[in-house]
Amino acid sequence: MAAPDGQHREGRARSGAPVAVPKRPAPRPLGGEDVIEFRGVSMVYEGGDVGLDRVTFEIERGEFVFLVGHTGSGKSTVMRLLIRELEASQGTVRVAGRDLQEISRRRVPFYRRNIGVVWQDFKLLPNRTVYDNVAYALQVTGRSRREIRDKVPDILRLTGLATKLHNYPDQLSGGEQQRVSIARAFVNHPPLLLCDEPTGNLDPETSIGIMQLLYRINRTGTTVLVATHDHAMVDKMRRRVIELAEGQIVRDEAAGLYTGDETTREFAARMRGAVADPDFDWTASPPRTARERQRQREQDAERNRTS
Amino acid sequence: MRLGFFLREALRSLRRSALPSFAALATVLVTMLVLGVFIPIVQATTGAANEVRGRLLLDVYLKSDAKPSDVQRVHALIQRTPHVRKIQFVSKAQAYRDERRRNPQAYQLLGSNPLPDTFRVTPDHAGNLNRVRDAIVPVGATGRRAPADPSIDEVKNRRDETSKILSATRIVKLTMALLAALLIAASILLISNTIKLSLFARRREVEVMKLVGATDWFIRWPFVIEGVIVGALGGALAILLLAVGKVALIDPLARDFALITAPSTIDFTLLVAVLLGASVAVSATGSALSLRRFLRV
Repeated sequence: MAAPDGQHREGRARSGAPVAVPKRPAPRPLGGEDVIEFRGVSMVYEGGDVGLDRVTFEIERGEFVFLVGHTGSGKSTVMRLLIRELEASQGTVRVAGRDLQEISRRRVPFYRRNIGVVWQDFKLLPNRTVYDNVAYALQVTGRSRREIRDKVPDILRLTGLATKLHNYPDQLSGGEQQRVSIARAFVNHPPLLLCDEPTGNLDPETSIGIMQLLYRINRTGTTVLVATHDHAMVDKMRRRVIELAEGQIVRDEAAGLYTGDETTREFAARMRGAVADPDFDWTASPPRTARERQRQREQDAERNRTS
Repeated sequence: MRLGFFLREALRSLRRSALPSFAALATVLVTMLVLGVFIPIVQATTGAANEVRGRLLLDVYLKSDAKPSDVQRVHALIQRTPHVRKIQFVSKAQAYRDERRRNPQAYQLLGSNPLPDTFRVTPDHAGNLNRVRDAIVPVGATGRRAPADPSIDEVKNRRDETSKILSATRIVKLTMALLAALLIAASILLISNTIKLSLFARRREVEVMKLVGATDWFIRWPFVIEGVIVGALGGALAILLLAVGKVALIDPLARDFALITAPSTIDFTLLVAVLLGASVAVSATGSALSLRRFLRV
C-alpha cells in the first residue's frame, strides 16, 4: 500500500543547485534504449511562470511510468513538451533519439503520428461516431479505406467497444469515451503512449478498467507514460514513479519494485485490492442489459462485504 | 481518393452543423443580393454622369466675313491644340438650315443668314475644357482674352453650366465609388465574420485533429470545400432572385427610364459571373484564413 509520505520526500534535492536525480530504479527491461530523454529541461511560460526547472530523466523502451504531482507541479508541461505543443526554453527533449527542438512546425503532425495521446477530457470529435473517431487517426496518415475497415473494428473489440461502433461520443459513458480515445491513440500502434490524467474524470471502478487497458497495451511492448494525481492508483500499480513538485523532480523510483509478469486479470484483481476472483472475466466487454448490470452490482457488493 | 475524402468530410460537417452553415449561406445571399442591385446602379449612374460630361463642348464662332481659307486656317489651329478629341464644322448654311427648321417663323422674318461659321470642339476629357479654351483664346498680357486667330470672333462654353455639371458629376462619381468600396468591404467583413463564428464553434475539433497528427492542409481542405459550397449556393440563390427581379421589375421599366437602359450598365451574364466568383472566392479564402489561428496547436 501507500508508502509513508516522508519516505517519498527523502529523494528530494532542494533547489539552488541543479537537481541531482535520485538513483534510477534497479529492475529495468534489459537491452532497452531511451524512448524519452529529458536533459536539463526548463520551461518558462510567457509572463514568467516556471513550468519546469532543469528536469532530467530518461524512460526506456517498454517501461510503464507514472508522472505524479500536485496541480501546477509540471506534469502537464512535460506532456505538452512531449507532443511538441510547447518548446522547451532550455535543455533538450528527445523522443526516440530525436531532438524535438529540431522538428520544424510543418513536420510536427508527422511526429505526432508516432505517439498516442490520451487526455483527461478525452478530446473526441463530437460530430463523429466511435468508429469514425478511431478511423480519423488512420485517415490523417493516408491509410486506405480497406486498411481502416480492417483495423478499426479490431482495436475497438480490444478496448471493449465492439457494440458501440455507431454511437456518438455524447451517447457514451465517461469510461467508454476514454476507451475510444485509447483506441484512437493506439490504432496506429505507436511505440509511445502518453496519458494525461486518463482517469481524472472517472470513478474508481471505471479507472481500474482503464488502467487495465493501459497495462495490456504496455505488455505489447509500448512505452506508457501516465500523468496522474491519483496516489492510491499509483501505489497499487507498483510501477516506476516520477514525482514532480514546483517543476522539479523530487522522486524517481520503482515503488514496491514489483515487476512480476502478471496477467491483466491478476493485475486488475490486485488493483482492486481484493483476492482475485478466478471466475470473473475482466477482459469481457462491459455489461449491456439492465439485468447484467444489476447482477454485476450485486457481485460487487458481495465482493466488498467479503473483503 | 483524397478529394473524395475531403468532399465527404465537407458534406458531413455541413450536415452536422447545419445552423452555422445556414447562417453563412444567408449572409452570402444577402450581401450578394445587395451587391447585385448596387453594381448596376453604380454603373448606370457613373455612365450617366460621363455622358453628361461628354456633351460639354466649346463653340468657336468665326467672324461673319471669314473666307474658306480662314476656315481652313482656324481648323488647322484647333487641330494643333492639345486635348482636342473631336472637331465638328458647322457652316453658315448648315447652321441656318438647322435653326430654320427649329424656328421657321423667326427665320422667315429675318430673311438673310446672320449665323457665322462654327466649330464645335469636344475635348478629350471634360476636365480639359478650359485648357482647350485657353489655347484657342489665350489670356493676353493685359489680362483680356484675345483670340489666337484674327478670324475667330468668339469662343463660348456656357461657362456656368459647365462648371456646375463638372462639379456635380464629380461628386456623383466620387460618392458612388465610395459607396461601392464601402459595400464591398462590408460584404467581405460580414462573410468572413460569419465564417469565423462558425469556425469558432468548431475550434476544439480543429485542435483535436491537430493533436491526432493531421497536417494543416488535411484539416483545411474540407473547410475550404465547405466554403466553396456555401458560397456557390448563396451566390446562386442571390442570382436567381436578381434574375427574377430583373424580369419582373427592371425590364418593364427599362422602356421608360433612360438610366436603366444606359449602355454602360453591366451585362447580366457578366454580373452573374462576377457575383458567383466573388461569393465563392470570399467564402473559401475566408474559411482558409480564419482557420489559421486555430491551427496553431
